[in-house]
Amino acid sequence: MYRTAKGEEIFVIDGHTHFWDGSPANQKNVHGKQFIECFFAYHNGLSPAEERWPKDKFEKYSAENMFNDLFINGYDDMAILQPTYLTDFYTNGFNTTERSAEMKKAHPDRFILNTAFDPRDGTKGLEHMHEMVEKHKITGAKIYTAEWKGESRGYKLTDKASYKFLETAQKLGIKNLHIHKGPTILPLNRDAFDVRDVDDAATDFQGMNFIVEHCGLPRLDDFCWIATQETNVYAGLAVALPFIHSRPAYFAHIISELLFWLGPDKILYGSDYGIWTPKWLVDKFMAFEIPDDVSKETGQVLTHEIKTKILGLNAAKLYGIDIEAQKKKIKAGGGYAHLSEAVHTKG
Amino acid sequence: MNVYADLNSVMPDRQAQVWACLQSVTDPELDESVVELNFVTNADVDADNHVHIGFRLPTYWCAANFSFLMADDMRQAVTALDWVKGVTVVLGEHMYADKINAGLSQGLSFEDTFGAEADGNLDELRQTFLVKAFQRRQLALLKHLSASGHDPEKLVALTLSDLECLTLDGEGQKLVQRYMERRHVVGPIRPDALAFTTSEGAALKSDTYATYVSGLRRVGVNAEFNGALCRGLLAVRFDLDTPYVPTPEKHVTSQTAV
Repeated sequence: MYRTAKGEEIFVIDGHTHFWDGSPANQKNVHGKQFIECFFAYHNGLSPAEERWPKDKFEKYSAENMFNDLFINGYDDMAILQPTYLTDFYTNGFNTTERSAEMKKAHPDRFILNTAFDPRDGTKGLEHMHEMVEKHKITGAKIYTAEWKGESRGYKLTDKASYKFLETAQKLGIKNLHIHKGPTILPLNRDAFDVRDVDDAATDFQGMNFIVEHCGLPRLDDFCWIATQETNVYAGLAVALPFIHSRPAYFAHIISELLFWLGPDKILYGSDYGIWTPKWLVDKFMAFEIPDDVSKETGQVLTHEIKTKILGLNAAKLYGIDIEAQKKKIKAGGGYAHLSEAVHTKG
Repeated sequence: MNVYADLNSVMPDRQAQVWACLQSVTDPELDESVVELNFVTNADVDADNHVHIGFRLPTYWCAANFSFLMADDMRQAVTALDWVKGVTVVLGEHMYADKINAGLSQGLSFEDTFGAEADGNLDELRQTFLVKAFQRRQLALLKHLSASGHDPEKLVALTLSDLECLTLDGEGQKLVQRYMERRHVVGPIRPDALAFTTSEGAALKSDTYATYVSGLRRVGVNAEFNGALCRGLLAVRFDLDTPYVPTPEKHVTSQTAV
């Protein structure tokens, strides 16, 4: 819960968090080592100095660390768990639905548990999706099209197998798909970060929302164009938001473009925990204003109302969260006991 | 035809000549020099006039196609020096380092290096990013000209010879030069050709000028953001203050660890 100087309570839903194990003991090969090292470079490169973690904590943090960083030290009220399997790199997987389910089980009012699926898993993958939806009442999934699997170095949402999975997901009641784009999608002679497949899939699956994580970076230009055409395409702010500290001018431009092309109702806050932590991200976001010169150029202003949408209202709509009811539940479970009396006795 | 052949007279130091050639090679995605980006770690000339270039990228996962393009462009740029007997380009600590380095050392094309993983050459990709570079450079120039008092009515009608005749400050001249380096991407360079067209070569219209420019802005913001990200990641991954020398042992280590 973020509380303004005037006492207004802003409900925060973190659209992108992970409970991973990237420790050397779980690394299968050099790729597993390089994967977590790349994340660690993101963490070190964009976090304020005082927010940087030691490498061993970054590789594998405890459930307690995560809970405290998100909900006690940080302003998150709820967080969405986004699994990423990477079983070719990590012996027990990097961040599976089952591992994330432990967090959900321990704090049911705090977490929204998503699953992940991969069309290259065939029948087994479809069965896994059925099982996860049934067992955990799941309504969202993370899709990582750049994941390595055997000889494959990635896939597209427009592949025939992908459509079969998307049809099944839609039938099972999965409403929200969080698409992560990374490099190495075959064939290698094409743009490895191409986001155009999201355009086609979003057109053909109107019953689902496509949240493009990292707002399509490094293809923000192409992504904005697609998101303008499709009513069910959203932008997740993970990776873009941390620039608010190191390069605030770039962040101003990014958020302006997103507001200009997508509008304030289709942008979602996400910390990408454990790469970054909610406390400093939300503090800086709430204090942030688009500088006059950028505002003049783009015509965009980041108002208080828009901030509340990005921080929680937009995600609440996508996931059907009744904010007042949820606050009551969290409060009843002692979730706001760390806040000053004035806050947790309210409502 | 070889612009670098003259370098001998003005720049007797052969290593400096190599660096000057590399300066002209850009990361196609970021449209910035690979030297400015700190990607090139060493460029040495041995006793047989063979040039040895080492480079590294911000992450282990940087796209293979761009990595190959940059290596190939570096090789070509340096080969243009008339005294060069051979060029070796080695990429360090990358998921495809072994494959790319083997392809480069045998002088293979991208298709031959990657076989079935690529279903064609890199021309289309290269063209896509040349267009983006054109758009980004055009936006920078248009913004500068607008700020100096040139209104859209005038800008849309400007010819290339008009552009050449404009009186500009140092910054403006630099932007014109950068723009002209990519102007060929959208159509032939003729004095009477329009200075500013869309990427398809169509004329701009003054009444839709603002919309056109806001479209270009997306491309510029994206490229600048990627550039900032890449610089940040590179700085974390490698200590940029002390010279980095990729040793053969390093590559062996990453191979055996797989």
